[in-house]
Formats: sequence, C-alpha cells, structure tokens
Amino acid sequence: MEAHAADRPVSSRAGIRLPGFGTGLGRGTVVLYLSLIVLLPLAALVDQSLEGGLSTFWTQVTSPQALASLKLTVVCSLIVVVINAFFGTIIAWLLVRDQFPGKSVVNAVIDLPFALPTIVASLVLIELYGAHSPFGIDIALTRAAIVVALLFVTLPFVVRAVQPLLIEMDREMEEAAASLGASGFTIFRRIIFPNLLPGLAAGVALAFARALGEYGSVLLFAGGLPNTQVSSVFIASQIENGQNTGAAAVSVVLLLAAMVMLGLITLIQRWSSKHERSPGAGAGGLTVMPMSGEDYTEKGEDDEVR
Amino acid sequence: MGITVEGASKRFGDFQALNDVSIEVPNGSLTALLGPSGSGKSTLLRAIAGLETLDGGRVLIDDEDVSTKPVQKREVGFVFQHYAAFKHMTVFENVGFGLKIRKWDKTKVADRVHELLQLVQLGGLADRYPSQLSGGQRQRMALARALAVQPQVLLLDEPFGALDAKVRKDLRTWLRQLHEEMHVTTIFVTHDQEEAMDVAEQLVVMNEGRVEQSGSADDLYENPANEFVMSFVGEVNRIGDAYVRPHDMEVVLDADERTQEGMVQRIVALGFEIRVEFVLADGTEIWAQLTRPELQRLELREGQIAYLRPVQAKSFNGSSPSSDHGASTPPVAPDEGDAEKPAAV
Amino acid sequence: MRSASSTRSRWGLRALGLGYLTLLLLAPLVAIFYKTFEHGLAPPLDAITSPDGLHALKLSLLMVAIAVPLNTIFGVGCALLLVRHKWKGNAVIDAVINLPFAISPVVIGLSLFLLYGTKGWLGPTLAENGIEILFSVPGMVLASIFVSVPFVVRETVPVLQEIGTEQEQAASTLGANAWQTFRRITLPSIRWGVAYGVVLSTARVLGEFGAVSIVSGSRSGETETLPLFVKKAFDNFEFPAAYGASVLLAVLALSTLLAMNVLKRKEDA
Repeated sequence: MEAHAADRPVSSRAGIRLPGFGTGLGRGTVVLYLSLIVLLPLAALVDQSLEGGLSTFWTQVTSPQALASLKLTVVCSLIVVVINAFFGTIIAWLLVRDQFPGKSVVNAVIDLPFALPTIVASLVLIELYGAHSPFGIDIALTRAAIVVALLFVTLPFVVRAVQPLLIEMDREMEEAAASLGASGFTIFRRIIFPNLLPGLAAGVALAFARALGEYGSVLLFAGGLPNTQVSSVFIASQIENGQNTGAAAVSVVLLLAAMVMLGLITLIQRWSSKHERSPGAGAGGLTVMPMSGEDYTEKGEDDEVR
Repeated sequence: MGITVEGASKRFGDFQALNDVSIEVPNGSLTALLGPSGSGKSTLLRAIAGLETLDGGRVLIDDEDVSTKPVQKREVGFVFQHYAAFKHMTVFENVGFGLKIRKWDKTKVADRVHELLQLVQLGGLADRYPSQLSGGQRQRMALARALAVQPQVLLLDEPFGALDAKVRKDLRTWLRQLHEEMHVTTIFVTHDQEEAMDVAEQLVVMNEGRVEQSGSADDLYENPANEFVMSFVGEVNRIGDAYVRPHDMEVVLDADERTQEGMVQRIVALGFEIRVEFVLADGTEIWAQLTRPELQRLELREGQIAYLRPVQAKSFNGSSPSSDHGASTPPVAPDEGDAEKPAAV
Repeated sequence: MRSASSTRSRWGLRALGLGYLTLLLLAPLVAIFYKTFEHGLAPPLDAITSPDGLHALKLSLLMVAIAVPLNTIFGVGCALLLVRHKWKGNAVIDAVINLPFAISPVVIGLSLFLLYGTKGWLGPTLAENGIEILFSVPGMVLASIFVSVPFVVRETVPVLQEIGTEQEQAASTLGANAWQTFRRITLPSIRWGVAYGVVLSTARVLGEFGAVSIVSGSRSGETETLPLFVKKAFDNFEFPAAYGASVLLAVLALSTLLAMNVLKRKEDA
C-alpha cells in the first residue's frame, strides 16, 4: 500500500477542497451541524440531570429502582459480552479459515441484527423463545430474555471486529511457529490470539456500550417487570411519569459509560497502530472509526525494498 | 543430515508446481535452489520442510522418510522472505520461542538467546519489537530464531528478497560465513543467479517444476546442459543455433572467414567492463563485453562497422530443456589457423 | 498437518459456532421468513393498508427521505475534511460522530425531549414562532438524523484514505478545478463506500424505535412510524397487525442485508 505518502494530509492549499467552500467554512458547517444535532441535546440532558444540584443527581441515581436497573443492565451486559467474545471469535474463525456449504449465506446473515429493527427482533424472539416456542423454550419476561436479546444485537460487533484481523493475519507467522515445533493449539494461544486481541477488545467495548443502552429488543421480550427492568426501560418509564430529572440522571450515567467505552476503543486503536499494524486491521469495518488526520505510518526506518 | 528428494510431484489445481523432482543435498552443504518465478523452487523447499504435502514422491532427511511427518516434528529451521516475525513479541521472545515451547529452563533460554543474538549481531536489541528493527535486522532475528532449536536442516525461502541491494550483499556474505562456522545442512531458494553462485557450493537450477541441472557454479557456467541453464546462469547471445557468452565474443577490425559483420549500435560503460551492442547483417542484435583497454585499442564508435568472432560457442541439439549436455565448440585462439572449424556462426 | 485430533477439533468448532448461530440468528431468520409466508401476503398487506398502517409506512419513509440525504451530504463533506485536512479538532469531531453508536436510543430521545420541551432551551422560542418539534414530525426527523449521523462518514473515510490524493492532484495538474475534481475523480472512487453507508443509514432510520417513541408520543395516525405501530398493535393485542407490520419491516431489513452484501463486494473489489 504505497499510498501512505499520498494520504498523509496535505495543507489545505494543496488538498482537495469542498467544492465551493473554503476549508474554514466547511469546518464551520460540520461543527454547526454536529452541535445542533448531537451536542446541544446532550448538553440539555446534562443540564437537566443537574437541576437540583449534585446531591439530587446522586439521590436519583441511587434510588432503589434506578440502582436495581443499573445493576441488572451492567451484569447482563457483562455476561453477554463474555459469551459473545467467545462465540464471536469462533464464528469469525469459521468464516475466515473454514470452508463449509452455505458459508457466504452465513456471512451475510451475521449482519441481520444490524439491519433488523429492534422492535421486530423483540417480536421474533418472543415467537421463538416465548409462550409458543417451537423449541419448547419459554424465557419471555425473564432475565434470561434480556441476555438473549442482548446476545442477538451485539454478536455482529464482535464478529466483524475480529474478522478483518484474521483475514489480514500473516500466515507465515503461524508456519514459522509450526516449524519451531508449536502444536495447533499453541499456535492459536501464542501467535493468533494475541494478534486478534485489539480487534476483540474493541468489538467487546462497542458491544458493551450497545448492550447497556439497548431498548427495543429487550422491551417486549423481557418486558419491564420490576425484576427485568433494564436502565433504558427504567428511563422510559420515568419520562412517562414526568420524572425528567430522574430520567436524565440515569441517562447521564449511561452516557458517561458510553463515552468511556468509546475512549477505550480509541486507546486500543492507538496502541495497536503503534505495534505496526496496517490501517486496515484494528480499524475493522463497522466497529471502530479510523483516526483521520493522524499519521498511520509510524514504521521504523526500514531499508526494505517492496 | 543429508537430504534426498525422490520423484516429488505437487500440483495446485491445474498448475503442476513440481514434476518428478529428485535432488541430493549432502550433509553439511550449502545448496541453492535457483530458478525463475513459478519454477517450483519454493514449493520444493516447503515440501522438504513439511509446509506442503507432496502428491507423489518422498522426502528423506538423514535417510529417514519424513514424508508423512508434520512440520513440527521434522526439526527444520525455516526462514521466510518477509521474516514472519512474531509482531507482538520482543526480539528476545521471538528467538526464544522454540525453546520456550520445549519447556527449557528460563536461565538456559536466556543464555541461548543471548548467545544467538551475539552471533547474529543483534546484541543490544533483545527488548525491541520487530517493528523497531530494520529489514536486515529482522531477517537476522529470524535466522537466530530458527537456529535456536538446533535444527538438523536450515531452509531459507528467498531470505534476502525483501531487502535493499547493499543489505542483500552484506547478508549474503554473512550467511556464507555463518555456514562455515556452523555447518548445518542448508538449502536456500533464490532467483538471483549471482547470489546463488556467490554463496552456494551446489546449485540446483529449476524450471517449470523440473530440475534442469545441478552442480557447482563452475559446472553450470562452463557446461550448461541446455539453453535455459546457459541463459539463466549468465549472459548469452544467440546466433542461429549457437550460444555465445558476451565475453567470448571477440571484436576485430578486419574480416576473415570466421567473422561476421556487425554495426556498433551503442556503447555502454559499466565501470571497468564495456558493453558494446551490435546489430548483424541479418538484423540479429548481440552484444560483446570488452574491457576498457580493449575498447580504447579498437577505438570503436557508434555506427562503425566491425567484425565479430566467437571464441567459444555452444549449441544444443533439439531445443528440449532436459536434453543432455549440448555440443560445444572448443576454444579457438585468435591467431590460430583454421584447423578446427567452429560451429556455424 | 492433518491429524485426527485436528479434524476432531475442527468439527468441535463448527458445532459450537454454527450451533450458536443457528439458535441465535438463523432460527430468527427462518422465523421471519416463515411468518412472512405463513398466511401469504394478506396479513402484512392488511396491516399496512389500514389508515393507521399506511400512515405509519408513509411516515417511516418520510424519515428516511429527509434524514438519509442530509446525513449523506454531511457524511461525504465531513469525511473529506477529516481525511484531507489535518486539524487538531478532528479527533473531537471523530469522537462526537461516534457517539450515536454507543448512546442508548432512549437517552437520545430524552435529550431531544428536554432540549425542545416546554422548559427546554429551544422549545419556547420555537413554539412562539409556531414551530412544534416534540410530538410532531420535526422532532422525529431530528431523532432520525441523530441516530444515523455516523454511517456515511465512517464508511467513506477509509475509502478516501485508501485512494490517496494522487489522482486528485493529477486532475489538478490537468486543469480541473475543485468541483470538477470532486465530481469526476473523488466521487466516483468513493461511491461504493458512500452507497454502503447510505444503506446502513436507511436501515437504521427505518428501524429506529426508542428515540422516536419518546420524542413523538406515539400518536397513532399522526406521529407513529412503522416500528411504533408495531409496538402499539402488540400492546393492544392486535397481533395480526403487529406481525404484519413486523413482516414488512423484516422484508425491508432483508433487502437491506442483501444490498449490504452486494455493495460490500463492490467496495472490496
């Protein structure tokens, strides 16, 4: 990829300009758009949560119902990301390294949770694992339902984060390890897995953030019963009851958690590009955003001729 | 640990990569597998390592048939063109990898790793990551890593292919010296004939999945078995059925019955040697290699007519690549009489 | 390297991975198909040809028609800025763009609710001028835009990075101005990335539930999109309608999936 020199950002004079705009105007528009659409509402949210000061904020967040919902949400989300980290890696492995009939269909279907409206997912899960389940499994309106719904919506995050890293993996590293005497499992443990870790971590972080805030798929399937009320459902009910501050307070907690997760992903990305990863890996498809304006090319001085 | 390959065959889909290949690699020797892309040399090397399975034939290491042994068990050291460094491990961890999985004691591992790092002149770099090393350093690390477990056989797949010309030359010398010290049976793959001739004791020239010829560098240069080998291991001019090395092309200013007329097209000075390009009466383009003094003596100029006479030429009857050694004409001293007629020029 | 144990582990992995997938994704997929054709096309058609259903469909499509083009234009422009012009604030812009990915839709709905509500910063001013945001279409549009901000940018940035500036520079040396270069060189080379982003945005907007439900109050026939229609029908035990609309949404989702795959291949090519 010798385009590295070319995509080092050029000064605005030489670079492609937004047609008709100067860079300053372009930037201003982008900032205005984002502020209006995203930042201003969030600011209003934070403002509302602090109406009544920090002590009220704290009381709201630690009310029994709020706390219970937060606990439930966090615990379920943790369980879900652990399960999906495991299965997601296996599935990514199968999609990249294995051959079986229908593989391309399976590959396409992974994105189903991305494409399907969450409320429809809820209904479908009720069909399959509720009162009229063809498998005889009825977990609707239970905590298990929360876990299953979250598993459904977060699986693609992990799979799509690990897949590109597997595709890019240098097979010769595995061959070298084999020539040095390493068995299949050792190769996976010491060579393959460490190189997948950044993608897996980023996928898990995003999955966790998504799981914390998931609403539609959980709503109908698990219901909003006292012991199956996740934070998003709690917030919605607070709004219905006119408890704006309470809703805002818990929302801010979720917001902060989301921002922490995003920050983590950025850190993971930075760390992995330092260890000489090509820009493709670690910035896999749908999980993380490639860092723009940053120098990807931190290769050591190399006398290589490619 | 001598290596023998008998009747190896391998195909990838429609492509026959190896076609009944047999070679002998003596214990402790340094052999080069030389050939163009697609000749099967890398496939052969990887088959010896166990990274490819053969469709037919077998591989013997030290007289033992290892054809069904997995690569893990063959005790071969393998060095890849693009190093295959374990990116996520330090230099130390890379070199010590083979020892670690053999459950060596920690101090023994450290001793051996440092010993090897000294050997490959990467002494102070144990804690660096491969991304912090230059290409040449990475390849030396890869070598140290392969040697750490004391393999019976060392296999290198175009080891210097990804490196700068200068680094390549340095490492080439260094590899030869290493071999002289360690005497591990070594096979390396290259498409660079100069490299092969510089380093190896034995060369195996391959083409299209077959062995064309094997022997020492001299053997191959002086007595090539066919046109392919002759043109691969050195420069060659083709005049009709005869093949003449440029330095065997004598240039004179007077015609005689053994000369052909040619017009000087271009004179290129490449240091001490001069390359003079001619076009013959029938349009054939050939070039002669002269030294500076020779050029000055002849006072050649572009556009000038001169006369060319091969001192030595070879012809290969029938053009099948695997034919036996071709007929060659004995050298004729420039001012000898015409007792021996050279092959048709 | 083919041994008995590695074959066993291969099948073990397949059992684990494909088994999990079957239970979690394939079964739902099959259920969707089954439901779609179980009683033929009648239920979905009935559902959406009722006045409420039709309105819900129209409203959903309206959301897409407004939010997606806006975010596409924004997305391409923003991507150009981020990739071609180095600026300290780029990291911040990056971060803000990623937010809609990670924030709960309910939180998004609430924040809009607060901003444009009667006690919000913008609510009263807009109300004075006769602009109603909440409980009506504009609010829903804003929610739809919020949730679909990232997609086009994210898909365009890597493509832009990969193609580099050389082609654009070549065009400049041949006399093309900024607009010509953009239209003839840049745009064609990023089109599959942009298309992919558009498809993802569309799917997101169509499927959006949480944010829109809070902002709109979910008034049937007025501020109800298809997903909201589904929920209300379900709550009222009108199962045929709920499932019918679900099937419609699912079919749209599958088409999206199909489009995603076709475009992914084009993007990779």
